[in-house]
Amino acid sequence: MSDGVIKIGVLNDGSSLYADLTGQGSVVAARMAIEDFGAAKKGMKVEVLYADHQNKADVGSAVARQWYDVDKVDAIFDVPNSGVALAVSQITRDKGKAFVVSGAATSDLTGKACSPNTIHWTYDTWMLANGTGNAIVKTGGDSWFFLTADYAFGHALERDTEAVVLKSGGKVLGKVRHPLNTQDFSSFLLQAQASKAKIVGLANAGGDTTNAIKQASEFGIVKGGQSLAGLLVFLTDVHGLGLEKAQGLIFTETFYWDQNAQTRAFGKRFATANRGIHPTMIHAGVYAGVLHYLKAVEALKSDDGTKVIAKMKDTPTDDPLFGKGRIRADGRKVHPALLVEVKKPSESKAPWDYYKIRATIPAEQAFRPEKDGGCSLVK
Amino acid sequence: MRAPFRTTAMDSIFGVPVQALFGQLLIGLINGSFYALLSLGLAVIFGLLNIINFTHGAQYMMGAFVAYLLASKAGLGYWWSLALVPLVVGFTGVVIERLMLSKLYRLDHLYGLLLTFGLALIIQGLFRNEYGTSGLPYAMPAELAGGRNLGFMFLPNYRAWVIVASLGVCIGTWFVIEKTKLGSYLRAATENPALVQAFGINVPRMITLTYGFGVALAAFAGVMAAPIYQVSPQMGADLIIVVFAVVVIGGMGSIMGSIVTGFALGLIEGLTKVFYPEASNTVIFIIMAIVLMFKPAGLFGSQK
Repeated sequence: MSDGVIKIGVLNDGSSLYADLTGQGSVVAARMAIEDFGAAKKGMKVEVLYADHQNKADVGSAVARQWYDVDKVDAIFDVPNSGVALAVSQITRDKGKAFVVSGAATSDLTGKACSPNTIHWTYDTWMLANGTGNAIVKTGGDSWFFLTADYAFGHALERDTEAVVLKSGGKVLGKVRHPLNTQDFSSFLLQAQASKAKIVGLANAGGDTTNAIKQASEFGIVKGGQSLAGLLVFLTDVHGLGLEKAQGLIFTETFYWDQNAQTRAFGKRFATANRGIHPTMIHAGVYAGVLHYLKAVEALKSDDGTKVIAKMKDTPTDDPLFGKGRIRADGRKVHPALLVEVKKPSESKAPWDYYKIRATIPAEQAFRPEKDGGCSLVK
Repeated sequence: MRAPFRTTAMDSIFGVPVQALFGQLLIGLINGSFYALLSLGLAVIFGLLNIINFTHGAQYMMGAFVAYLLASKAGLGYWWSLALVPLVVGFTGVVIERLMLSKLYRLDHLYGLLLTFGLALIIQGLFRNEYGTSGLPYAMPAELAGGRNLGFMFLPNYRAWVIVASLGVCIGTWFVIEKTKLGSYLRAATENPALVQAFGINVPRMITLTYGFGVALAAFAGVMAAPIYQVSPQMGADLIIVVFAVVVIGGMGSIMGSIVTGFALGLIEGLTKVFYPEASNTVIFIIMAIVLMFKPAGLFGSQK
């Protein structure tokens, strides 16, 4: 073990549109994982550092370098915002450390930009497109208009969803790229309305998605016969919108706190430590990722980044939140995906009781087949 | 033989149908209403106090939050908020002016800027700590729900109300400052406070109330925004930079300049969202750079 202590860095958005769905909640999740792993009892010293990357790739890169070079951080976790995650993945590879992504979405992290030092845990754009896109096209939504966040994540999500729509015989009537963190969507919604597409696909996340949904209802998009497809929606977004506005939305997640006894117990514990906010799938992914990382470090008796990542891939995963699973050679962690529908206000029995699970997509179908990603690690 | 082009110049401009363009122009005007309301408050404060009020965005956000709190804790709806929130938030402005800003009038502009910027960061941080960043829901008033089909677009009733209300407030403010006796005192007090004081007018109190009024305008805009945007701690921070650009383009301190520029830039931004949406965040700053090159005091400003 280098310097006798394992240092974990949680890097994410601490103050802007993704702060509730990642933010301090991810630190809470990492601490819970360290506690549940029993690091103290096993005599392993584990420290958690935190930084806000402000959704800027240059800020995120500077923090990652500082952590690896000066602060002797062994592994970085979370990192929402695909632009920042791609940058941190490259730095991690150069420094031979370990990077376990939970927050970022782009499927390129295990595709053409895959790395022997990076694992992508929770979800990705291919999985969202495949889950939500397929379900919607099957129920007749065969013409689409995209509202896309104009950066790596939005582009990847739009590309992967468009592929699903076209493959199932649907068509894309138009798309518009809006800047990250847009307040007013009315102009874009008007363009979507004029396109007469049956489905308005929201290839964005966090505050962008909630503002778009709120204003879509104002402009009568759904009343006019079009449907909204939130391609990436989190529990905290639904909470922020309120069920009145969010009801009926269909989307894909890989974790929901109210799945079984274990997830419920986790959800309760997490909410107590996190101002009542229940865990998103990103928080769950940080928890499970840290747990599996620590298991690998313990087995290897080393915190050498490249070796630990290889060990994590060799060891089957088992945790209370995602169940049993595995990590593929391209760095993709696979587990089942959940197609969920937001409940009507009358169906919700308690605060944070928001989802009905409509279908479970088995692990082997939920993610992009390893051979299709173009990852150089796959032989 | 058929003509090679299916559309003619009559019904489309650069491939965008004229009908759709009308809709986009109207939307631009609505967003311009918010710019006008906010830049008006900034212009009033700068014109009369010489303070660059960087807390403005946070005060706009506070307006939305107080409306949310009134609705969720006291059961008071939108119309009550529209009347009460500017008073409540305006009062916090009065307190800030009395306790802090009033100490800075003799110093360089920069001190006021630093103080108000620091306050904005503190206020936003406090709200973020308490309410997180995903935003809170605020219901549309029932009287203004729904919308009407104008033929070329679907216009939500609430957005029509936004234009009407903000135009009313803007013109009212302009009238009071430029055309009434009270306004003439205010303007005189900025030119020569000592002389106005000598006529028996309480200048410090007038300045305090002016700041309170500017803040109340921001809070009013916040209440107007609550049913449209998520009520979230950073809603003002995102907007305020644009509004500052509007004020600079209009000319610092010019009341009419800020109103006209607010609406005009809303229109231009609206058009950018149609022709090149990727640039919709930056177009206002490009215009600002160009205006500053040719008219450093802004379009309506006068060089002192």
